[in-house]
Amino acid sequence: MTQRTHLGVRHLLSAADLDRDAAKAVLDTATEMAAMAGREVKKLPTLRGRTVVNLFYEDSTRTRISFEAAAKRLSADVINFSAKGSSVSKGESLKDTALTLQAMGADAVVIRHSASGAPHRLAQWVDGAVINAGDGMHEHPTQALLDAYTMRSRHGRVEGLKVVIVGDVLHSRVARSNVHLLHTLGAHVTLVAPPTLLPVGVEAWPADVSYDLDAALPTADVVMMLRVQRERMGDSFFPSEREYARRYGLDAHRVRTLPDHGIVMHPGPMNRGMEIAPEVADSARSTIVEQVRNGVSVRMAVLYLMLGGMS
Amino acid sequence: MAYRTPAAPGGEPGKIIASSADLARILDRIAHQILEKTDGGRDTLLLGIPTRGVPLARRLAARMEAFEQFKMPVGGLDVTLYRDDLRLRGARAVGPTDLPAGGVDGRLVILVDDVLFSGRTIRAALDALADLGRPRAVQLAVLVDRGHRELPIRADYVGKNIPTALDESVRVRLTEIDGTDEIRITGKEEV
Amino acid sequence: MTDYVIKGARILDGDTADLSIQDGVVVEVGRVAGHGAEVIDADGLVALPGLVDLHTHLREPGREDAETVESGSRAAALGGYTAVCAMANTSPVADTAGVVEQVWRLGREAGLVDVRPVGAVTVGLGGEHLAELGAMADSAARVRMFSDDGFCVSDPRLMRRALEYVKAFDGVIAQHAEEPRLTATSQMHEGVTSARLGMPGWPAVAEEAIIARDVLLAEHVGARLHVCHVSTAGGVEILRWAKRRLAGGPGAVTAEVTPHHLSLTDELVEGYDPVYKVNPPLRTEADVAALRAALVEGVIDAVATDHAPHAVQDKECEWAYARPGMLGLETALSIVIGALLDELGWDGVAERMSRAPARIAGLADHGHDPAPGRPANLTLVDPDAEWTVDPAALASRSRNTPYAGMRLRGRVVATFLYGRPTVLDGKAAR
Repeated sequence: MTQRTHLGVRHLLSAADLDRDAAKAVLDTATEMAAMAGREVKKLPTLRGRTVVNLFYEDSTRTRISFEAAAKRLSADVINFSAKGSSVSKGESLKDTALTLQAMGADAVVIRHSASGAPHRLAQWVDGAVINAGDGMHEHPTQALLDAYTMRSRHGRVEGLKVVIVGDVLHSRVARSNVHLLHTLGAHVTLVAPPTLLPVGVEAWPADVSYDLDAALPTADVVMMLRVQRERMGDSFFPSEREYARRYGLDAHRVRTLPDHGIVMHPGPMNRGMEIAPEVADSARSTIVEQVRNGVSVRMAVLYLMLGGMS
Repeated sequence: MAYRTPAAPGGEPGKIIASSADLARILDRIAHQILEKTDGGRDTLLLGIPTRGVPLARRLAARMEAFEQFKMPVGGLDVTLYRDDLRLRGARAVGPTDLPAGGVDGRLVILVDDVLFSGRTIRAALDALADLGRPRAVQLAVLVDRGHRELPIRADYVGKNIPTALDESVRVRLTEIDGTDEIRITGKEEV
Repeated sequence: MTDYVIKGARILDGDTADLSIQDGVVVEVGRVAGHGAEVIDADGLVALPGLVDLHTHLREPGREDAETVESGSRAAALGGYTAVCAMANTSPVADTAGVVEQVWRLGREAGLVDVRPVGAVTVGLGGEHLAELGAMADSAARVRMFSDDGFCVSDPRLMRRALEYVKAFDGVIAQHAEEPRLTATSQMHEGVTSARLGMPGWPAVAEEAIIARDVLLAEHVGARLHVCHVSTAGGVEILRWAKRRLAGGPGAVTAEVTPHHLSLTDELVEGYDPVYKVNPPLRTEADVAALRAALVEGVIDAVATDHAPHAVQDKECEWAYARPGMLGLETALSIVIGALLDELGWDGVAERMSRAPARIAGLADHGHDPAPGRPANLTLVDPDAEWTVDPAALASRSRNTPYAGMRLRGRVVATFLYGRPTVLDGKAAR
């Protein structure tokens, strides 16, 4: 008899919402979803009759398409609200948008927004499942899930892996979600960044902190490079792009200090030449392309497990 | 004839309908029936429906090889994502689907499951199968048929017909999964 | 005018007595017969001098959808207040005699609380040019307290000039201490919680650095300084040091703390509900403890509400888009009672919520314990009554109270303003 594996949460707002069993359920389900991708008929009838709304206040073609593909492969109806050229851009409030979605009977709302906590507000106003696709600097739970899935498929496990996350941790929702999820799954995380790009209060996180990238690489099973925005230079987080790339960039020379099995990850989009050298991004160690592919399987798993729990 | 199920004092609830030895004889019979009806297993494959349909399918294939030195292709077909009761019963763990080499196109597929009840699992299996290819024909082998069909579905090969009450429960245990072989029926209060 | 006799009230921590009020003044305290007067049964109630709020936002002119002078006055009276200092960040800004007189007049018309307008320090709150402080002081509103609250007077040269200038008419500059270059994108207190919630932080040092600078400026030019809404343990330490240092000299520093900084912490921001968004932000348990101790000790002189009404659309939205601020007038006394009555006693409550603020704002008619000859500005409180905070039932036009749904102890039963009741039986008189 197959076990019930409902995720145990009504919304997915933070990677910390998932306990170990729930996280494993997502990864295991994603493995089976991935198998569908190889078939001729990639569609499943599982979420037929359900409506999934993509509510994207921030431009993000990649993530939106990933969620759209995931929902469609499960036969759900997909509606896209994007910021440009809609009532959203004309200044309609989040609350009014939410009430419209509610009236439309959205079973799930996938929301990306530049304000931390926007999904939490939305969850107050809709009955459907709210899935956080990135809120400001706060979190991006499905990114962490697809990152963990990628690590598991390359290394066979997540537990016990030494994961080094490098870059603008202060402003990174990918970093926050990954620290939560990797801790839940038993990996060991080291954060590497210049002191200006680490938040006050990072001492409370379940991760080590270092300012020295070269020291962290030789024992790393995974190096995850975070995107660093060039605009941060204008706010004096670092003096120049050159200095940042020299001290914290993963170039061809540094990548050779990784252990043989070490993999290089990046959530995208990349600043080639800033945090990561082009030849490293394109190397066999790099999982950047498969992360995108894995994103669809993981999002299919999340949609299935979250909508599967509703009645 | 419905089986009433008083629990033995201090023992496990329910009544054993078939023991380990009974199960072995049942599987032998079904294996023979399949070989007979398929003219020696020509152009046929067995697909077990997880969880217990899979070891049952493997045992049937092993019996057939023992009887006629014939290697029947065996695989598994997970139907979780094709079920129609997502809203009622919630998301369940998705099991693996692996087809034997050559796929299903143009062949006879025999679905194998432990208990046939409402028929909805088999309906989901037919939908899953349709997305995988186009079998020449589909048949169904079950260890137990307990009645109460909600769809027009019937099994081609049946181990045991056990009329039951709706509030009773039929549980098949297999060594590969449960450590022992038996078929047990329990009343609602005793589960 | 009606005469009143208040029977059987406990005068602060003292014995019960009767109070008789005639022609706006307390005539007798003791055993009063009460012929021809309206009698108010105050059995079980505590009589306090009418509360004085150094820091209120009445929003009129400009944001009458959030509050008006009248609705804010009503909220104040229900909270036990007989005087409020109305901050200048209205639209237009209260940086001229004309606007402060308008607000003063609206207050008199409403007749529910003594509205004392605060004048802006700089033109348009722009932080660049001094406003006509003298004209505002000479106006009918007789402004004595000046503040750019909402904004910090961050230019040290300008702050120095302002501190010096108001000495001429015994004025005081009330500073909103926030170094703006350290808080440009801030959303909440900078600490463990902001790191977890992914929000830019408002570091304590942004407040402490300005307090330290300003107390030294006040000392140097021999002026009075008042620090608004102190929110940090570090700020408390600086004030303790400053008061010792300034004692005996011409300069002086006073400070206020809000009820919400005495009771709430940044962990409440967890769900991103903008009702908890305020400037300065809610901080940590350690800060709350230090502020409470400072208020008891007197390092912080007064409780001031920083009553900040906001329309629904300014709070029911994403945190980053919400306006900061919380209601406070109707819950302040209950919050202080709940947190510190044991340590302060009624005498301490009266000192921190009435006498000290009246002295700081220069209000001669307020902050007097009920005594013969004093203006009858007082409030009667039921110390044991419990009530549940219902945002929709508050007198304020707005609903943004962080205490919604909470059960509080201590309720104002009656408030008298110059001998006329503004609140009777727990309800506003008009």
